[in-house]
Amino acid sequence: MTGAALLSVEGVTKAYPGVVANDDVSFSVAPGEVHALLGENGAGKSTLVKSIYGLVQPDSGRMTLHGQPYAPATPHDARRGGVAMVFQHFSLFEALDVAENVALGMENPPPLRQLARRIAEVSQAYGLPLDPGRTVGHLSAGERQRVEIVRCLLQNPRLLIMDEPTSVLTPQEVEILFATLRRLAAEGTAILYISHKLQEILALCDAATILRQGRVVATCDPRESTARELAELMVGGTLQTPTRETAEPGAVLLEVRSLSLAPANAFGTALRDVSFEVRRGEVLGIGGVAGNGQDELLAALSGERRASAEAIRLEGRAIGDAPPPERRRLGLLAAPEERLGHAAAPDMTLTENAVLSAAARMNLTRHGFLRWRAARDYAGRIISAFDVRTSGPGAAARSLSGGNLQKFVIGREVLQRPEVLVVNQPTWGVDAQAAAQVRQALLDLAAQGAAIVVISQDLDELMEIADRFAALNEGRLSPPRPARGLSVEEIGLMMGGAHDMETAHVA
Amino acid sequence: MIRLVPRAEPSTAWTIATPILAVLLTMIAGGLMFAALGKDPFESIRTIFWDPLFHPQFAGYSRPQLLVKAGPLILIAIGLSLGFRAGVWNIGAEGQYIVGALAGAGTALALYPLEAWWIFPLAVLIGALGGWAWAMIPALLKTRFRTNEILVSLLLVYVAEALLASMSLGLMRNPEGGGFPGSRNLARWEPTANAELIGGTGMHWGVLTAFLAVIAAYVLLTRHIRGFHLRLAGQSPRAARFAGVEPNRLVIFCLGVSGALAGLAGIFEVTGPAGQISIDFNVGYGFTAIIVAFLGRLHPVGILLAGLLMALTYIGGELAQLMLGLPAAAIQAFQGMLLFFLLAVDVLTNYRLRLGAVA
Repeated sequence: MTGAALLSVEGVTKAYPGVVANDDVSFSVAPGEVHALLGENGAGKSTLVKSIYGLVQPDSGRMTLHGQPYAPATPHDARRGGVAMVFQHFSLFEALDVAENVALGMENPPPLRQLARRIAEVSQAYGLPLDPGRTVGHLSAGERQRVEIVRCLLQNPRLLIMDEPTSVLTPQEVEILFATLRRLAAEGTAILYISHKLQEILALCDAATILRQGRVVATCDPRESTARELAELMVGGTLQTPTRETAEPGAVLLEVRSLSLAPANAFGTALRDVSFEVRRGEVLGIGGVAGNGQDELLAALSGERRASAEAIRLEGRAIGDAPPPERRRLGLLAAPEERLGHAAAPDMTLTENAVLSAAARMNLTRHGFLRWRAARDYAGRIISAFDVRTSGPGAAARSLSGGNLQKFVIGREVLQRPEVLVVNQPTWGVDAQAAAQVRQALLDLAAQGAAIVVISQDLDELMEIADRFAALNEGRLSPPRPARGLSVEEIGLMMGGAHDMETAHVA
Repeated sequence: MIRLVPRAEPSTAWTIATPILAVLLTMIAGGLMFAALGKDPFESIRTIFWDPLFHPQFAGYSRPQLLVKAGPLILIAIGLSLGFRAGVWNIGAEGQYIVGALAGAGTALALYPLEAWWIFPLAVLIGALGGWAWAMIPALLKTRFRTNEILVSLLLVYVAEALLASMSLGLMRNPEGGGFPGSRNLARWEPTANAELIGGTGMHWGVLTAFLAVIAAYVLLTRHIRGFHLRLAGQSPRAARFAGVEPNRLVIFCLGVSGALAGLAGIFEVTGPAGQISIDFNVGYGFTAIIVAFLGRLHPVGILLAGLLMALTYIGGELAQLMLGLPAAAIQAFQGMLLFFLLAVDVLTNYRLRLGAVA
């Protein structure tokens, strides 16, 4: 690009044992530019920005900032150079208020009262309403992100790195965020915007660097590109979208009536009066921003948390208070969001992880004694049917990549031929190829007559596979509506619109 | 500069090698300590590890002691290891051991002087129940009120010790004992005597039970769904709940089994090697068993070997005190080193050592 680059990265390489995360990566960002870093999960985006933010030291290559050599050893160095970063996962203390959280992330925080006033000023100036006195534990995900952004803005950054910022936002909140970012760019702040969502990049960015398997495969101007072009550059081939035969929905399989559940901990979300039903052959998509009751809903359906018996009915039978193994025997299966530690035990082998949820339905025990041979065969069947890349059933779950483990976890439930399958975030952190396979498997299962509930924060995914759509907002479920023909605005409103925008009074 | 690089999977080779390495390191460090105390390190190590089994003069006495000492250690450690695998921390086996002995011995003494073959089996059963009941206190407090089982089970050891003192001075004191504290000798009373099963080996019913417990624990952990759930709960509590494990039931199961096995160790001890309820009846088997459980990698076969090794250092330590005049504290420090080194080299199972500068 031009010689006036704010940040330039030249030939940066970083290898981890067994994988080259960044291979000779070069690009540059000009002041006031919104630069997209685009790539699939595992393409090396995170490693690259961690190098820029001083969290990772590259093996070779060099960077310049403001024309000076730049090699931050710690995030502290990066912040001194005017680089700030908003992480995908927030580092906030739920029990502290907004001002206290901001103070904790600053080098030399001013007195709290003064800081609170500055927070109010900055948040107003950039259209990010935020009450400095509120406890973070009570804020929505979108508001928490504002805390992180304001924390960065207080340092007057020259370069702001945003890592997948919209994954926790409703469509309305995304619009607000984009307005803020455009304003910052107009004032001369450079923004490095990391995402794999193409529409956002087309809407926001001036330049894009596309990474695949650690290498820069293209640099382009998103304003002159189409989503399809970007997608094919990112994936390195043509994408096949899942297909399905539309079938008439059959009898009601799963019926949830007035399901209420107290939160598991102080900052959990209570489920309030959730009602829906799913029919044979149907896919119900449940959207919503993270932390609005998704985990709680899955736990209530899987049986990890018990409700009143009448709240959940499977083919007419009251099972709301039944433990997980009984629900499995009756045909209600689930796959939680967290792969390692919830859906699978990280240090156990795939064979053992197959036993974890399939013991009863697949006859993997006899009089309580495990049939290891049968379990290994079942794990092998999952591996071959779902194209899981692994050394075999004896491999530990944590040795698999996210996408492969997700295929295993979904496959483990699908091959049990459930009547009803509930999945939470089935393609979270999974590469496009694996995501397509998982979605196809869910659609095939529905076509065979199962009822599917997909809980996801990825709206594109839900629109692609769901017959009907409902949204979770603060533990309440909106009435399901046919997915076809729903507009983005309608979906956004079902998700609760822009959280608390009308109620946030800035002092 | 030494760096630790995480392994993708725990190394099987190191899992087996670390205890051996720990024993070698303990010998070296212990040898240095003995040398610092002015003793010949080689002779000291030989006295501890070799003489109890092969010394021409002492081995006749100390060889059977190996099983006598290892029996209760293994029996208790097997029970504890099940809980430790599941993340249920019973630190109070010593108390459950005492209460098991008191309950079983009390039952037998209440029947004195009745002569019947079923008194011993009954005492054993009541002993197991006593240990189980004592362990149910932390279990119920944990499941009902979420108290910490580590603290409750540990503090109950001191309650049990007070109970033991009171019993040996009061209710269970031998009326024909001339006013001395301590109960009648159960080992010398035919209906309760837990005699050697094979003469000169030290093998008594408790040792046999310990071996059976090793086999049962092995089968449970590797072949049974309940053992699988137990391991799962220890590794990933959330995954275990997803699988359908009820945390409260698991706590009651683990504390119950470990309490019952500790109680069994207690009743076998009081009817055999110890012979009577006395103020100093307990000698710390319940605590040492914690070390044995970890030294054996919480694996039944490992615990079997670790129990034998630990018993050896006890007997060898006594021998070293006797023959070389080593202080008892030095022997305890030596045993402590063993656990220390084991935990220290444990890191090699999950990490790879890399020498060289940071890149």
